[in-house]
Amino acid sequence: MSESEVRQLPLHRYHEEAGARFAAFAGYEMPMRYSTIKAEHHTVRSGVGVFDVSHMGEVFVRGPEAVAAVNRLVTNNVGRLEDGQALYTAMCNDEGGIVDDLIIYRLASDELLLCVNAACRHTDVAWIRDRIEGDVRVEDESDEWVQLAVQGPKAMGVVGRLFAAACDLRPFTCAFYEFRGYRLLVARTGYTGEDGVEIYAPVGTADAIFEAVMEAGADDGIALIGLGARDTLRLEAKLLLYGSDMTTATTPLEAGLGWVVKFDVGDFIGRDALLAQRESVPRVLRCFKLEARGVLRSHYPIVVDGEVVGELTSGGIAPSLGDASIGLGYLPSHLADREEAEVEIRGRRLPLSVQRKPFYRRAAT
Amino acid sequence: MSDNEKVPTELQYTREHEWLRRGPTITVGITHYAQDQLGDITYVELPEVGDEVTAGGTFGVVESVKTYSDLYAPVSGTVTEVNDAAVDDPSLLNSAPYGDGWLVKIEPTGGESELMQPEEYESFVSEVND
Repeated sequence: MSESEVRQLPLHRYHEEAGARFAAFAGYEMPMRYSTIKAEHHTVRSGVGVFDVSHMGEVFVRGPEAVAAVNRLVTNNVGRLEDGQALYTAMCNDEGGIVDDLIIYRLASDELLLCVNAACRHTDVAWIRDRIEGDVRVEDESDEWVQLAVQGPKAMGVVGRLFAAACDLRPFTCAFYEFRGYRLLVARTGYTGEDGVEIYAPVGTADAIFEAVMEAGADDGIALIGLGARDTLRLEAKLLLYGSDMTTATTPLEAGLGWVVKFDVGDFIGRDALLAQRESVPRVLRCFKLEARGVLRSHYPIVVDGEVVGELTSGGIAPSLGDASIGLGYLPSHLADREEAEVEIRGRRLPLSVQRKPFYRRAAT
Repeated sequence: MSDNEKVPTELQYTREHEWLRRGPTITVGITHYAQDQLGDITYVELPEVGDEVTAGGTFGVVESVKTYSDLYAPVSGTVTEVNDAAVDDPSLLNSAPYGDGWLVKIEPTGGESELMQPEEYESFVSEVND
């Protein structure tokens, strides 16, 4: 992609004022960090932070057959949603490979919001339009919405000062609230492993809602958080990144997303392939921790009993684990119970511990 | 930090953002600009005392939360000292890149990379930034 195609976020000037370092991501000039990644990470784990994730795609499917039509495109059961409920799902190709992972919000019986990855937005919209059937309209409104993720143990206090009723939202539910003549969607979802919300706001009210969030969180030390810390936060919480931990060459069963594949609610694209694979899933996603000095990065080979058996798909530092280095990657299924492995870093083999569970889970509230 | 503290005038610089200080041996580190670009530095890999390094060749690695970067030797020579404190606490490279965050000392055997004077490095960095 040429530089001229890199676009600025609607709230760009606020990021500049906050001293952001920018990098191109998914066609946008995105704030990577404002202070340091580690400091921003700890702000979200212990207080509250705001991410401008307006690069994410907002695709609306509207029409009387919206629910049934979308249900044939994704692995989870959209049919179980009531108005104001959301679910996480994969969208697969005929081979069961993941085209994208997304959150689907049921706004009304005839209106779904699909929040898709920024880098996948255009392929997703084309994919959906090519395959969707029934009385529906697929409308890509990504350019008309900003999205602010307010995340951290103090996030709901901040949100409550803006929209008192939003405190009653349960996880994976959403509601509309009036804000200066606009309708905003507030959803209790996120990508950090912390409590919090994602606020979908029309571009016309972007400045006002951003300033209102910052003001509501001022006493709690609210701060802008860049994509750098978003990556360390999601990695600790074992939240997968599309394009790294999953691609069209990965199935949800391999990626540990079997829980979003509902075989018993009718046909969907990829169902036959996934049913066949269910008998013997070739590889499994695992969490790795480097038990030596160094930093894990994606594509580093994973070694078991002297043989390269897979590779890391993500890696980095875990500030919540005393800056240990952790990663995600795949092991062949016959090695799924291994608790130790090795990683090859620049020709040297270093010890890894292996586990199924995330390295970070927030304390129950 | 003043400009003089960002690019000390008594040092020379490489295009890969290492600095060197001449003395009985040559002390090498990474510049303020380098640590600023890398962000939180979390890991440093250095040669051992007695290892030979070659001007322009790699002699180690620094890793930050987000990325990693090779270290390039500004001169050829023998490593006479390694900053173990920086290996133990890589954040020294962020907090004191020209002081406690130095990396190695080298006994030169002849052979140098193309080095920049402070004012050249300053304009080099500002061009990179544009």
